[in-house]
Amino acid sequence: MSHADTPPHVVLETHGLTKRFGGLVATDDCALEVHSGEIHALIGPNGAGKTTLLAQLSGELLPDRGRILFEGRDITRLPVHGRVAAGIARSFQITSLFNRLTVRENLALSVQARTGHSFDFLGTVEDESDLETGALEAAERVGLLDVLDQTVGTLSHGRQRQLELGVALACHPRLLLLDEPMAGTDPEESERMGTLILSLRGRHTVILVEHDMDAVFRLADRISVLVAGRLIATGTVDDIRRHPEVIAAYLGDDEESEGRAHPLPGHTGIGA
Amino acid sequence: MNGLSFAAAHPGHTPLTDGLPGPWTAIAVAIALTLYPLVINALGEPFYLNLGARVLVFALAASALNLALGYGGMISLGHAAFFGVGGYAVAVMGQQGWLAAWMSFPVAIVLAAGTACLIGLVSLRTRGVYFIMITLAFAQVFFYLAISLPQFGGDDGLPLRVRSLLPGLSLADPMAMYYFVLFVAGLAFVLLYRLVASRFGRALVAIRENERRMAAIGYPVYRLKLMAFTLSGGLCGLAGALLANVNNGVTPHMLTWHQSGLLIVMVILGGSGYFWGGLGGAAIFLLLEEVLSERTEHWNLFLGLLLLFIVLAAPNGVMSLRGRLRRRAQAAKEGAPAA
Ligand SMILES: Nc1ncnc2c1ncn2[C@@H]1O[C@H](COP(=O)(O)OP(=O)(O)OP(=O)(O)O)[C@@H](O)[C@H]1O
Ligand SMILES: [Mg+2]
Repeated sequence: MSHADTPPHVVLETHGLTKRFGGLVATDDCALEVHSGEIHALIGPNGAGKTTLLAQLSGELLPDRGRILFEGRDITRLPVHGRVAAGIARSFQITSLFNRLTVRENLALSVQARTGHSFDFLGTVEDESDLETGALEAAERVGLLDVLDQTVGTLSHGRQRQLELGVALACHPRLLLLDEPMAGTDPEESERMGTLILSLRGRHTVILVEHDMDAVFRLADRISVLVAGRLIATGTVDDIRRHPEVIAAYLGDDEESEGRAHPLPGHTGIGA
Repeated sequence: MNGLSFAAAHPGHTPLTDGLPGPWTAIAVAIALTLYPLVINALGEPFYLNLGARVLVFALAASALNLALGYGGMISLGHAAFFGVGGYAVAVMGQQGWLAAWMSFPVAIVLAAGTACLIGLVSLRTRGVYFIMITLAFAQVFFYLAISLPQFGGDDGLPLRVRSLLPGLSLADPMAMYYFVLFVAGLAFVLLYRLVASRFGRALVAIRENERRMAAIGYPVYRLKLMAFTLSGGLCGLAGALLANVNNGVTPHMLTWHQSGLLIVMVILGGSGYFWGGLGGAAIFLLLEEVLSERTEHWNLFLGLLLLFIVLAAPNGVMSLRGRLRRRAQAAKEGAPAA
């Protein structure tokens, strides 16, 4: 694509990242490099370790070995909230929202975390215009202005996936980690989510875990392929399509069965 | 009074606003509690002054627990420790002749809060049943400490021969005792209100609703919970300091796990996560206990049955009934024009 001229600015890099669950190596010596402003897809079969890798980037899981650098700063040991403050936010593969709260409250909580004062226990909460503004801004970006006062539990699955992205955006992250944002959505909802993700390009750096290869090829600037915890390839969409190891390990069947829409098993229904 | 403008911008009630009392309820409660001794005196039943003071003390202790349990979702079975530390602090200082309330009460609060902070540091790293068991275990340590150390009076506890001293007020008078308890508990309730109505309180409720999400959007969840747990412990210690005065002493019973359980029962009875849940639960429990034990030997059985009935009728506590009635009224209003 268009990375040839200027040298890319690396926002996030991991070195020798390794995570074991008992005997299982879920992340195996990963060296990932993510460039500023790109949509970087992370693909791989079920159980390849994509969610586990994201969890280490977001701080939920501590790696056994290796380092994570974000904007040149070592964040390997930074707790989750510290990373959000540093500019990293994530969405969950299985929707995890405040189901009994309204859309507005869900978004406002993200804004409150960012604007601080959560230890200000005696301060009055009269002036909440900052929360209101931030919540509205995020709601508008993900197209939820019309359901602001609805309880999240009553929203459709597609709407909840949009909010899942919205609460992450309301944190004003520079790096967004999206774990299968289209999981369990119907074609129309996926389409909308795809458009949403495209609108992030340039404003945020995005790591996108996604099973739907059509979506990945359409949205991604670059792709990394994870198989059994190992990063076996990183490159542009065309690089990955042609990469012999990737074809062998992963895309092989699809190249033969020409033009099938969803080459990967398990692309549907997770978290539905 | 309801400062949550972003939540108040819409009419519906959500968990973020359910725990905040309206101003009218607060005024009604304040007036009722202020007039109570006058009514009791007029009826010629001064004994009920002491009962009123005890209700207020337990209302404070249960409300303190409610901050951790109801608002923060931390099911602590160890709050007897903080209650007891507060009570023993006043009693032990009393033995040494340190009777001034302005000294013993702050010491009681700080010791209880410190205890809560230390217990919280360890126990808040666990979740669910483990948290319940660890808080219980810590509280048991304090119980055994109290019964085995002679300085603490062993099994008999410690008497407080002279109640805490206040400038210009003698707590020996039951009426003065009641109003002192009301004044202190009132201050504590104002503080509790400020806490739950602040951004801190909102974060706490949201942690109860979804802890993982709160971490993911950038809240220092562990520190927030520890802060709430510490404040809860400190206020429970204050209640203990008051109880030592009302009861003219402390016994190890204050530190038993029954006591922790009793506070939980009060919170659940009154309404976990509702501002007046602690007061409602304490009042119902202690009044029922009083009335029943006067009339029958088997009052425990009847108390149990009545509590069971209340919990079945109002599974989320008595204070939740208002919301239920409001919703029903709203449904009726919305249903009527359509029909
Ligand atoms: N907490 C855990 N404890 C033990 N094993 C785990 C844990 N989390 C994940 N695993 C295992 O690690 C491997 C990688 O899991 P992970 O969820 O990261 O895969 P994934 O690529 O996200 O898969 P999917 O496409 O199904 O979401 C799997 O074999 C999984 O069973
Ligand atoms: Mg996954």
